[in-house]
Amino acid sequence: MIVLKRLALWFGLPAILIAVWWAFTAQGVNFFVPKPDKLANTFVTVWFSEKFFTDVMPSMGRLLISLAVSLVLGVALGIAIGLSRTLRWLLEPLLEFIRAVPSTILIPVLLLLIGINDAMKITVIVLGCLWPILLNTIEGVRSLDEVLKNTALVYRLRGFDRIRYLVLPGASPLIMAGIRHSLAVGLILLVVSEMFASTDGIGYSIINFQNRIAIPEMWSGIFLLGIIGVLLSVVFQAIQKRVLGWYYGLKEASNDG
Amino acid sequence: MTASKSDIRLSVQQVRKVYGAGSRNEVEAVRSLTFDLHAGEFACLVGPSGSGKTTLLKCIAGLLDPTSGEVVLDGRRVSGPAEGMAVVFQEYSRSLFPWLSVEDNVELPLKTSGVPKAERKARVKDALDAVTLSHAAKSYPWQLSGGMQQRVAIARAVASNPSVLLMDEPFAAVDAQTRGELEDLVREVWKRLDMTILFVTHDIDESVYLAERVLVLSSSPTIVQADIHIDLPDVRSQADTRSLHRFGELRHQVYEEVQFAKTNPGGERMSVRDGLPS
Repeated sequence: MIVLKRLALWFGLPAILIAVWWAFTAQGVNFFVPKPDKLANTFVTVWFSEKFFTDVMPSMGRLLISLAVSLVLGVALGIAIGLSRTLRWLLEPLLEFIRAVPSTILIPVLLLLIGINDAMKITVIVLGCLWPILLNTIEGVRSLDEVLKNTALVYRLRGFDRIRYLVLPGASPLIMAGIRHSLAVGLILLVVSEMFASTDGIGYSIINFQNRIAIPEMWSGIFLLGIIGVLLSVVFQAIQKRVLGWYYGLKEASNDG
Repeated sequence: MTASKSDIRLSVQQVRKVYGAGSRNEVEAVRSLTFDLHAGEFACLVGPSGSGKTTLLKCIAGLLDPTSGEVVLDGRRVSGPAEGMAVVFQEYSRSLFPWLSVEDNVELPLKTSGVPKAERKARVKDALDAVTLSHAAKSYPWQLSGGMQQRVAIARAVASNPSVLLMDEPFAAVDAQTRGELEDLVREVWKRLDMTILFVTHDIDESVYLAERVLVLSSSPTIVQADIHIDLPDVRSQADTRSLHRFGELRHQVYEEVQFAKTNPGGERMSVRDGLPS
């Protein structure tokens, strides 16, 4: 019963919205707004074809590689900067400067510097996804509990052990919050990076359909992005639940107390 | 207890701590502290609040450098957290790693100091047995009550087999009943494992009940104002020991010293009793 109720709550609103959409498009024919069934058909024929391999897979590859690079860079730099006051003083003004520049504006520059290839797109995405992870990691490292740090000192947790058993898990709630933010930013930048000087990818396909006035096909691409967003979020939440199980338990326990 | 030079575990020699030394608002927290702790001894440090107890404990634990003087553990000068020293903090909920289970918390210091796995497992089991928490080995600390969490912290300290166990007001944050149980537990662990314990508290009754020796600190800037030998029976129990006439006398004696300490910062007087060396 609980499962049924959950499913109803999950899919209830989308179902209602589709019904409303259906009602409004049933008799009137607006060239720019396709009917739901027409869109569903288009979606299947467009994306469940070789386009899945020539456009969807490359896009997802770019996104996942960029997220992985951002994660490794963000966490590694974040820990180094979070642990060292000197590094913070040295880098903070520079980081604020780079962060303030929207990475999309760098696309023309990067096109010249790197060229029309995946490295350029990945650079654009990483330049956007890095910040939430980096800044959250710094904050997470800095907000480690004083008593816990003293405990680690007393039991002589040093170097790599200290990072593995104290710093990383201690900062993980904020790191996860940063990753969550990066997922959203990453999807946006993926599409934008594929809109310029690109030959494949979801973003390229959508722009291409738009230019050819293939309206239902264009909508189906937008629909696909929404679905990818939902899937990413579901996978992320499953991972988060595993990684931060202790954190939710701790929060619940201190709320009870 | 006959004291020879060889069985001195911890030696605190003229430790002085000044915060912000040289600046205009320098504060002398600890003036000059000197005492020795012998193998197998259970000593309590008592002092009025603000008597630099925590500062002293941090200096001994190697978390703070004394401005002058030295702390010597097993013949080696302490400069930074030393092997052979374990600490139980007052804030049990913040001193256990919430992302590790109870047994992993106890095991971690052994793991990072390179104790082989089989021995590690055995020591973790023994330590959890000693604090009667074997049944909770797989739980997370935050699933346990405050008293149980502090027992985990004690097990972790005991498992590392320290020369000296430092305890910083470990029972100040638990309720009175749990407190009594934990006091008995610490005495039992102390006897069973033949440990050397330095226990910091502001509770006079607790110090007399637990220790064989009570060191009373003056208020800040701190010195050791009195060193009192506790000649209560070796086997103690909450109900009987606390109603002994001698308990009352000792309690009175420590109380007087603490009262004196409150009004005499950097106490002028140094009383040595019962023939203990200073």
